[in-house]
Amino acid sequence: MKSDRWLLPEGIEEVLPKQARRLEALRRRLLDMYAGWGYELVMPPMIEYLDSLLTGTGHDLDLQTFKLTDQLTGKLMGLRADMTPQVARIDAHTLKKACPTRLCYIGSVLHTRPDGFAGSRSPIQVGAELYGHSGSESDVEVFRLMLETLRQSGIANLYFDLGHVGIYRHLIEAAGLSPEQQGELFAALQRKAIPEIEQLLGGAAVDKKIAAGLLGLANLNGDENVIDEARRLLGFAGEGVGQALDNLQAVAEQIKRCEPSIPLHFDLAELRGYNYHTGVVFAAYVPGRGQSIAQGGRYDDIGQVFGRARPATGFSTDLKTLIDLGDGEASAPGAIYAPHENETALRETIEQLRRQGERVISALPGDNSDPQQLGCDRKLVRDGKAWQIVTI
Amino acid sequence: MSEQLTIALSKGRIYKETLPLLKHAGIEPLDDPETSRKLILDTNHDDIKLVIIRATDVPTYVQYGAADIGVAGKDVLMEHGGEGLYEPLDLKIAQCKMMIAGPEGATVPEGRLRICTKYVNVARRYFAEQGKQVEIIKLYGSMELGPIVGLSDFIVDLVDTGNTLKANGLAPLEHMAEISSRLIVNKASMKMKHARVKALIDRIGEAVN
Repeated sequence: MKSDRWLLPEGIEEVLPKQARRLEALRRRLLDMYAGWGYELVMPPMIEYLDSLLTGTGHDLDLQTFKLTDQLTGKLMGLRADMTPQVARIDAHTLKKACPTRLCYIGSVLHTRPDGFAGSRSPIQVGAELYGHSGSESDVEVFRLMLETLRQSGIANLYFDLGHVGIYRHLIEAAGLSPEQQGELFAALQRKAIPEIEQLLGGAAVDKKIAAGLLGLANLNGDENVIDEARRLLGFAGEGVGQALDNLQAVAEQIKRCEPSIPLHFDLAELRGYNYHTGVVFAAYVPGRGQSIAQGGRYDDIGQVFGRARPATGFSTDLKTLIDLGDGEASAPGAIYAPHENETALRETIEQLRRQGERVISALPGDNSDPQQLGCDRKLVRDGKAWQIVTI
Repeated sequence: MSEQLTIALSKGRIYKETLPLLKHAGIEPLDDPETSRKLILDTNHDDIKLVIIRATDVPTYVQYGAADIGVAGKDVLMEHGGEGLYEPLDLKIAQCKMMIAGPEGATVPEGRLRICTKYVNVARRYFAEQGKQVEIIKLYGSMELGPIVGLSDFIVDLVDTGNTLKANGLAPLEHMAEISSRLIVNKASMKMKHARVKALIDRIGEAVN
């Protein structure tokens, strides 16, 4: 007989009662909170055709997606690795509202490769998206919702990183590099590998000012002075870059006004999700975690391929990570032990208690285990004709 | 909130050549890893520690935030992929070359080449870019033996003086990359401990130039 039948695939985990209790409690709190902000819950399917699942999202998500063939159509299907494109499709193709649309979602996603510190391949993605408004105010709303999500999870010591992919996008268009060179430069910039960036730009006959601008991006990180510095360094680069900086500044100022005490960090070379992001991008960090724990940003026009281009901004995070990092109540909820007896008064008492929201565990015949082992802190005892609750 | 700063280094050449750079930034270890068995070294700053680990582990420690900063060879970073790391500074220490080497005067055999190396990812990528499909044999050391005992046609390895190659009848054939050590920084540390990390990068950068 095989002895490793209990083994789960790498990065696939089960959630045990104590964690599951916290996870479900947080899930409910978050969905209630999103409802309070006017975000409506949607439930996209676990599996759908690859065509729509991967539209406009780039190579990374393709690699992350498990694929299988639909026996009914012969088409390739994917198990969702990210729910954001699904929700964008719902907004663009299915709901088709003209007014701003606020949607939230929560559900399991699967990744082909373990990611992050925990190496999970089965996160529970939770997030919210706001469609139909292109101003900085909607970015701020979504940012605040992300902040509130982290606070609800009981995570302290939060740091936030702000960037804007539009700045790089305008510079790289002006640089006139080949797609291969662009790829190399992008990779080097993501690593802030300044020696490599210098080498690449030196070898590619890029306009001197633009080269200095691209190289400068790698150093444009720090507090809000970064934006002024960027204006000085990139002043030549025209309206597009200026507007991107204005937009970033507007978002940062509004966040500062609502949340004066949170630490904001700026990084203009942060291009996470460059394939689909179009504007402000943001991420949350906590000490002791080398990677961001929640992220979001603007991704206008992703709905175009589904028939309607719409401004869009949103964030997402992983519920399991939030549970890991948050300070949750670990105490058991307690329960009432009811003996096994075939009696109407007892059955009615139990039903009434359950309706009141109490946990009542009915003993099974022949089970003589200790009520406390079943998680009970009280029990029902006969008191004449009635039944009384007594503490164990 | 811990404002502890952890720097990951590997023993040997990188450690020796990094010390003067750290010293310029005002950081001096209180123990010598060659004589001490400690894996975590205290420094003259209470809030700065050095961890001494294997060279190939440095990117992993820094990527996951177990260390804020590290010093790693470009060879190790190329093999690791550099994901989740910043590498803002070329320290210009522990310099050498990554080369393809083979028996002196040997002709290139037909068909699929066999390559002995510990840089499996780098070698596969390099040959694929040249349109060559090769079979990679992962070894952990003494690559030079590969062609001699008929394990492989060529090797991919670091070459410093070339003496080891020569002593084993091998010659450098193709220069793949210039290697030197880089200062690497955890992405989250760069954001959360920005002022300290950036100041340290600047100070070490001064010492390099």
